[in-house]
Amino acid sequence: MKRALLAENGPEGNGSCTKARIMLCQRCKKQQATVHVTEIINNEKRERHLCEDCAREEGVAIKAQINLQDVLSGMLQAHEAAGEEASLSCPDCGMTYGEFRNQGRLGCPNDYEAFAEPLQEVLQKVHGATEHVGKIPRRAGSDQRAQRELMQLRRRLQQAVEREQYEEAARLRDLIQEKETGG
Amino acid sequence: MNLDDLITSPAPWLEPGGPNGDIVLSTRVRLARNVAGRPFLPRMDPAEQQELEAHLKDAIQKAHDENAFTWFDVDSLADIDRQCLLERHVISREHAAGEGARGVAISADQRTAVMTNEEDHLRIQVYSAGLQLQDSWAIANHVDDRLESQVAYTFSPKLGYLTACPTNVGTGMRVSVMLHLPALVLTQQIEKVFNAVARLRLAVRGIYGEGTQAVGDIYQISNQASLGRSEEDILANLGSVIPQIIEYEQQARAALADESPEALDDRVYRSWGLLTNARTISSEETLTLLSAVRLGIHLGRINGTDIGAVNELFLMTRRGHIQKIRGRELGEAERDVARADYIRQRLATGG
Repeated sequence: MKRALLAENGPEGNGSCTKARIMLCQRCKKQQATVHVTEIINNEKRERHLCEDCAREEGVAIKAQINLQDVLSGMLQAHEAAGEEASLSCPDCGMTYGEFRNQGRLGCPNDYEAFAEPLQEVLQKVHGATEHVGKIPRRAGSDQRAQRELMQLRRRLQQAVEREQYEEAARLRDLIQEKETGG
Repeated sequence: MNLDDLITSPAPWLEPGGPNGDIVLSTRVRLARNVAGRPFLPRMDPAEQQELEAHLKDAIQKAHDENAFTWFDVDSLADIDRQCLLERHVISREHAAGEGARGVAISADQRTAVMTNEEDHLRIQVYSAGLQLQDSWAIANHVDDRLESQVAYTFSPKLGYLTACPTNVGTGMRVSVMLHLPALVLTQQIEKVFNAVARLRLAVRGIYGEGTQAVGDIYQISNQASLGRSEEDILANLGSVIPQIIEYEQQARAALADESPEALDDRVYRSWGLLTNARTISSEETLTLLSAVRLGIHLGRINGTDIGAVNELFLMTRRGHIQKIRGRELGEAERDVARADYIRQRLATGG
């Protein structure tokens, strides 16, 4: 006798608008039938509806069960996390993580700080590593705080020029030059 | 060096006689660098980009001996000239198609090119003929040191050289080896090689970089990871993988010559026949035929043909170059005729 079993675990209360009729287990006739078995015996198809306990007792293997609720909440969490990440923004250049994800290019060096957490995963995926090993520039340009300050000064200079505040612009220009040659 | 002289002279990376030159066309080392205290290009307005451009141009000139580099203002070049620089690998596709102030400094020997305002503020590239990993890195490293004396780079102790795209962060280094693998393609083993290569964090691309098809059986293999391993490690990884691919290709070539010499000769001589007789020919067909002829020359199946001329044709028959050689703009049909003429002439005199 050839007996093939296809058991499926039906979703319980999956929120569909037609209220599902409760089906009792065909074996114990007490509990709700949640395992639906399709048996093929000598080319004849037979459907049986069992509760989980009876199914287990009959040795019906239940396919990997997926709880819809778990799936949904998992997806929602991931979505929320992605939403949070996407709204991360860099105080220096104003780029958001969402923008970066769309364009694939960062706005300024400080983005590596501002997006440190989500970028960690990206770096691990691309490089299989998250820390630099290799050449180090000899010059002191590596002071990140000084670099950020310079960028902020440049931005203020630009704003001053836009507002036609030329005295302030000249002062900022000198300051930038001083820092550039000094750094 | 003016642009027309540059474009009509042979490219150094196509010179035959480099190490493993029968299979490896060229080696490239590229370093990505950005200037400290400035945003990356996506967040730069045109005026800022202009100012940075002037600063970098000045720094490149100051960092090197006078006349060591010739500067080209890419933004003001004619489309055809940009196309030629792209075909020569002097500038990238992105740089050619970019916007705003940007340029390229090319060394007298044409092996080094420094692009400004590409994806990153600076891209240093060094090309060598054949397989020359260490030499290419040594030159790139030297140019980088010199530039560093003029420009403060943005660098983080944890993440290394910071780049606009996180795929380049760390060393900022990408090493690409351009390989001619006709026998692995013919014997249908190329996929196997690529699958093995992909597991080693190496990428395979066509002749003109990302997203381009492998025409003429030419492939570029490059490191994918630039972070978490030193420059030496990256070179060593490629240095151990590339010789294996060379060996596979050599085995496949020997097998073709041993097992089906008639089929091999037929392919080589039909290709030769078409190249030396065609009156109109597309750029893609040209590359396919050149690939077979190149294979035939290296296997000694075809004699009296100058490999230098064949290598050169890989470049000189491209869309931009063929128009430059003719000295005027040509439509597609005209290009195909001009290309066929040029090939016949070159192979008759070069043979």
